[in-house]
Amino acid sequence: MLLEVDDLCVNYGRIEAIRNISFTINEGEIVTLIGANGAGKTTTMKTVSGLRPVRQGAIRFEGQDITAMPAHERPVLGIAQSPEGRGCFVGMTVQENLDMGAYARPDRKSPKIGQDRDRVFGLFPRLAERRTQVAGTMSGGEQQMLAMGRALMANPKLLLLDEPSMGLAPKLIQQIFDIITEINKQGTTVLLVEQNAAQALKRADRAYILETGEIIREGTGKDLASDPAVKAAYLGGDV
Amino acid sequence: MDLLLNNFWELTITGLAYGAIYALIALGYTLVYGVLRLINFAHSEVFMYGGFAAVWVLTAIGATKATGLGTAGFLVVAFATAMAMSALVALVLEFVAYRPLRKRNSPPLIALISAIGASYTLSEAMGLRDKPFKWFGKDQDLVRYVGRPREASPFPLNIEVKRLFYVFDYHVSNIDLIVLGAAIIMMIGLDQFVSRSRLGRGIRAVAQDPESAALMGVNRDRVIRLTFVLGGAMAGAAAVMYLLKVGQIRYNSGFILGVKAFTAAVLGGIGNLRGALLGGFILGVAENYGQAVFGGEWKDVVAFTLLVVILLFRPTGLLGESLGKARA
Repeated sequence: MLLEVDDLCVNYGRIEAIRNISFTINEGEIVTLIGANGAGKTTTMKTVSGLRPVRQGAIRFEGQDITAMPAHERPVLGIAQSPEGRGCFVGMTVQENLDMGAYARPDRKSPKIGQDRDRVFGLFPRLAERRTQVAGTMSGGEQQMLAMGRALMANPKLLLLDEPSMGLAPKLIQQIFDIITEINKQGTTVLLVEQNAAQALKRADRAYILETGEIIREGTGKDLASDPAVKAAYLGGDV
Repeated sequence: MDLLLNNFWELTITGLAYGAIYALIALGYTLVYGVLRLINFAHSEVFMYGGFAAVWVLTAIGATKATGLGTAGFLVVAFATAMAMSALVALVLEFVAYRPLRKRNSPPLIALISAIGASYTLSEAMGLRDKPFKWFGKDQDLVRYVGRPREASPFPLNIEVKRLFYVFDYHVSNIDLIVLGAAIIMMIGLDQFVSRSRLGRGIRAVAQDPESAALMGVNRDRVIRLTFVLGGAMAGAAAVMYLLKVGQIRYNSGFILGVKAFTAAVLGGIGNLRGALLGGFILGVAENYGQAVFGGEWKDVVAFTLLVVILLFRPTGLLGESLGKARA
């Protein structure tokens, strides 16, 4: 088991954002968390990457308890996140953003970095073209690619993707999901948080459905996608 | 007006020298603002402590009698001492006045009050430095360092003013050259460090998006400490330049320089390193021109009028804010 989240509770002040959430991710899987706005998807993601303090429960990565570990120490273990809203360093160039992705790597001076950069450019040829462009001047789709490429530069075991399709044109959404599948095939485990439930369920090995801070359903992507209740609530009959 | 036209080059070059001092101090304000969104009001005291450290160490090692090449050696010692002391004071300041508040997630206004308090505390501690020694009867032993703490302490190093070469009709002195030369070396060094080195990228990352920076593995606390040390070292270097130009320093010398340097930082666009440099030079030169036209007592009026006028047309300063541009 790569990641194990056990009975997790997280608060924003006095408001309970997520309650008693438990889920697991096995090596090589794509696991998705789907749910409506405010269901607690992003909070879950930020807690796994260490940006939100845990009130109760535990997070284990490769068997190691990381519940109280500061966020900046987690990339070294192999956890990288492409945050909601992309979070690109808008004053830096594409190249510098990618270098930031490898900031914490112990092998950051080795030729391996160059290979990983080539891998990112292979997945996102657009980034190679925009190498010296300042991130803040790029389109939303390009920034999304940059955020994902930057996370990959950490050479993570677990890639956390928070709403990668948000605000993108349908054609681009298709492309982004194809790339997520490709990244997974190349050997990276993926935790995907999405509002685009149809695409997420199609791509995921397993899925969890969040509602008002709790997990209400879990199953394989295929099973949930064909479940009538899930269809009605999350897929709008539009699959 | 004739005074300005007849002495144009002298006013420009001496203005640039003062501007360099403002600019180096302004770097400290702008660096810390970039990563913390905090105006470190005690930065003026960081500057002042560096100046005193240089004065004391030079006094202790007998710099008053220096001549020729020895003078240059002592000058290097002065820079090293002041930069080290200022960096240390800045680091302690961060640890005592800001970090505890940050750990408790206090709102920015609280940190501002802490900054003002720290500024007065540091300044008055210097101005009352004879007292603790008097309690233990040691003030006579250390009279060279603590005597008359409210008076100015003179810079022990006597550098004979030599006129080196002409820029148009102004005969440039060795002091002008040392101040401007040292300042430009510091500025280029810092600029290159922040724009090219890995740690510099870490500073920019925290300024632009602290959460993303943490996700990349950047230790925010370490970056914050680094900006205080860098800003402190720049202020320390500025203190030696100030001593070279003015010849003495007082426990409250930091205040007006701090205000001017902060003005320079805002003028150039706070959070923007090159903006702080531009703002500093413009302010120094404009003050000199203003003095020549309106008279010396109008110097500060000119400086602040300039600030208001520029902010009317460019509310984010001349170069805008770039260290933390467009932060969500």
